[in-house]
Amino acid sequence: MKTWLKVLATLLLLYTIVAGFLFDVPRLNIVNETIRALYFHVPMWFGMVVLFLVSTVYSIQYLRSPSIEKDVYAVEFANTGLLLGLLGIVTGMIWANYTWGSPWHGDPKQNGAAISLLVYLAYFVLRGSVENEDQRARLSAVYNIFAFAAMIPLIFVIPRMTSSMHPGSGGNPGFNMYDLDSKMRMVFYPAVAGWILLGVWIASLRIRVRLIDEKIQNLENE
Amino acid sequence: MNKKTTLITLMLLLLFVIAPVWLMAQPIEMADTLRSEGKIYVVVAILVVIFAGLIGYLLLLDRKITRIEKKLPSKKD
Repeated sequence: MKTWLKVLATLLLLYTIVAGFLFDVPRLNIVNETIRALYFHVPMWFGMVVLFLVSTVYSIQYLRSPSIEKDVYAVEFANTGLLLGLLGIVTGMIWANYTWGSPWHGDPKQNGAAISLLVYLAYFVLRGSVENEDQRARLSAVYNIFAFAAMIPLIFVIPRMTSSMHPGSGGNPGFNMYDLDSKMRMVFYPAVAGWILLGVWIASLRIRVRLIDEKIQNLENE
Repeated sequence: MNKKTTLITLMLLLLFVIAPVWLMAQPIEMADTLRSEGKIYVVVAILVVIFAGLIGYLLLLDRKITRIEKKLPSKKD
């Protein structure tokens, strides 16, 4: 990852923390100040989806022309995406506790998110259960594509088709509806970009460690 | 207008005009005092320090990995 992207990620997130707490936000009942969680909870999911998408692209590329590197990229992007997803679900539970009344409502959005995280956890279970490297890479690449294809309807389609309390789905407007003066967008979009970049940075570190490990193993085998 | 219609008119007025206006006039609770004198800047400062610490840690990790990468022989040999 290029250095200027790391600097950009740092600056964007610094701005998010300062502006996210100090700038004006719409005054809404029940939600009150918790609306500021939008700058931190929602970017977790944006980051997760982007990282999973990158992971899927590497899996497709792996199936077209197999190489260890593409497999490593796919795993580590999925790994970091899962981390962001877990943070997203935990922060969502805290937020739900104080605005919906309890941490887990069985809301379609929550259930969909939980199921897709389980689908991705199974990806790592699958990887751990195959000994042969080539077989593991190929099987998990196929599964990874399935996992991404399963996540899209679970998170983005089903909650919109049924009734859900989550903003932006099931007859509920997103926060943008209240945000007529677009003040929140000035913080929200930089926040999303910053968190995505931070996720890519962490993933790139994990990839480099994995590749060093591969190299050492190759040296030992020689 | 007899008394009864006046009463009903008044009640309707109360229900559809005064009540919504009164409800809207109710201030929505926000952390205004926190922002003016409630030391919200302290919270922001703490978060900035934690974030700076995490980024610094990530940078050190980054440099360490770069050092190890350089130790490894390049692909040619």
